[in-house]
Amino acid sequence: MVETTKLIHEYLRHSKKFPHVYCPGCGHGIVLGSIIRSVHHLGLSKDEVVLIAGIGCSGRMAVYVDFNTIHTTHGRALTFATGVKLANPKLKVIVVMGDGDALSIGGNHFIHAARRNIGVTALVLNNNIYGMTGGQSSSTTPENSYSTTTPYGHLERDFDVVNLALGCGANFVSRTTALHAQLMDKLLTKAIENPGFNVVEVLTPCFTQYGRKNKFKNVVEMYSWYRKNTIKVEKYKELPEEKRAGKIPIGVFSDKQEPGFEEKYGQLREKLRSKK
Amino acid sequence: MARKPKRKELFALGNEAVVEGALLAGCSFFAGYPITPSTEIAEGMAAKLPQLEEGVFVQMEDEIASLGAVIGASLAGRKAMTATSGPGFSLMQEHIGYACMAEVPLVIVNVMRGGPSTGLPTNPAQGDVQQARWGTHGDHPIIVLSASDVQECLHMTIAAFNFAEKYRTPVILLLDEVTAHTREKIVLPRPEELTIINRTIPTMPPEWYVPYEETMRGVPPMPPLGSGYRYHVTGLTHDEHGYPTSKANEISALMHRLFRKIDQFFYDIQLVEEVETEDAEVVVVAYGCVARSAKLAITQARESGCKAGLLVLKTLFPFPRTYVEKLARQCKKVIVPEMNMGQISREVKRVNNGLSRVVTINRVDGQIITPGEILKKIYKD
Repeated sequence: MVETTKLIHEYLRHSKKFPHVYCPGCGHGIVLGSIIRSVHHLGLSKDEVVLIAGIGCSGRMAVYVDFNTIHTTHGRALTFATGVKLANPKLKVIVVMGDGDALSIGGNHFIHAARRNIGVTALVLNNNIYGMTGGQSSSTTPENSYSTTTPYGHLERDFDVVNLALGCGANFVSRTTALHAQLMDKLLTKAIENPGFNVVEVLTPCFTQYGRKNKFKNVVEMYSWYRKNTIKVEKYKELPEEKRAGKIPIGVFSDKQEPGFEEKYGQLREKLRSKK
Repeated sequence: MARKPKRKELFALGNEAVVEGALLAGCSFFAGYPITPSTEIAEGMAAKLPQLEEGVFVQMEDEIASLGAVIGASLAGRKAMTATSGPGFSLMQEHIGYACMAEVPLVIVNVMRGGPSTGLPTNPAQGDVQQARWGTHGDHPIIVLSASDVQECLHMTIAAFNFAEKYRTPVILLLDEVTAHTREKIVLPRPEELTIINRTIPTMPPEWYVPYEETMRGVPPMPPLGSGYRYHVTGLTHDEHGYPTSKANEISALMHRLFRKIDQFFYDIQLVEEVETEDAEVVVVAYGCVARSAKLAITQARESGCKAGLLVLKTLFPFPRTYVEKLARQCKKVIVPEMNMGQISREVKRVNNGLSRVVTINRVDGQIITPGEILKKIYKD
């Protein structure tokens, strides 16, 4: 507890007036805590960390922490991050996005940032809904679930963030939930250190906008749902095909150390200069 | 006395001159997306930037991403730019607003082609003038420049970077397909002949730094990311510290400062060229490639004894109203030829306010306005 208080005082902005915008039971605070613990664990200075966020509930995260912070436009956080990282590769760039942010409006930027393998950590806080605007369906809203724009049930299929990132060639691809905070710490610590494009998907409950419309009685039930329906990816792979339905694998799906785009660009410059 | 080295001469396209100008101005970051007729700028940058010590060229997935990357690089301390044409410029509007709000210096070159929509990719037009001024949503100030020949492309690119850095604002350089694709001789100035302005960097201790502080100049100093001055950058309406606000007094203070920082330096920003205007009774107001047609037209008019003059607008916005007003008072007729349905002529009419007669020449068929057409209007009463 003392340790936690110390971290809060060190990493949260004193000049920013709290309270924060998050609803009771929201998982975003747990993610923010995990980012702080990971940065602290890695011994990074606050000056070398750039936290870039999009628009939405997750976007508000940037304002609370005492790093270099950029609150960008909706869906475009990764484009800003690409510019920052290329301009100064020494900076550690962490990008926080929601599901609508990263995959609906920002889907194109997400796949290209992964393909380009730009050296940033992309956190996708997936709560299956547009929370800030009042509970509209997003590209990760599960089929048949309810939202204010799908009052009769969602007919579209949802994105699988992990498979999408794998398909685009991201170096490090992982998934955790807001319930699995220790796993989250581990994944984030790894992702921030790893070269190239690193994805951490965090399933985080939005009781206010998603849970209430989809027959969850309270937030605790949503966290219990995560406990019941998630399974370590190693175990998931051992399961026979027919038992996999409905199970969400969590853990590390890809762990490559290919050099990031900014590193390769630096090498190109070296090569051109040595030719002169 | 040692002789100064000869200035380097090039036989260059307008687009290539933009590349030379940008590099002379200290640009070290370019993000873009291919689009006719601006592509030579991206190609030039792709070849030249990786040869610089810190240079970066990146081709992004679209124009929204391009300007996003440029903003990121500028926040990290680089002089950064992008280049595009109409359809791409439409996509960039979102981030132009962000750059205005977060006060990010950057340069956007828009080589105008026929529109609307995909329009005429290889034909010239000047249809994006009011879009450059008002394209992004919300009230905002902006600086829009133009160039009418290849040498000017180089100088106006440098001017664009200087204004961007001096006033912490996006600057739009409007070219047209004719200017961008004309090849002619240009002379590269020696670096020592140029005035290059860099953004002010804070010198106070980081704990004293207030990122959007109200000052006389209205332009707060801007540290690069990672230099110890940690602050919050946002597109939300913010207070002095950069934190989102919805308090009326703080909103008002921000909006008024954003406008004031451009308005109060109006005299520094308005760049024009006056040709034979001292005694002119007929004045042509033109910009871009049309200004070259107009130059020939007034020369011919003078030869036949008609007192014609020309005002070439290099700054389009903030609109150079003092020059236009002065000439409107002195002459009988103002002619505004442009390759749109009348986007600058409405500014001229607004400033003219009944002082003299305003005649327009509008062409929207993908063809340049000829000297003959302008000459006809000069003679016609």
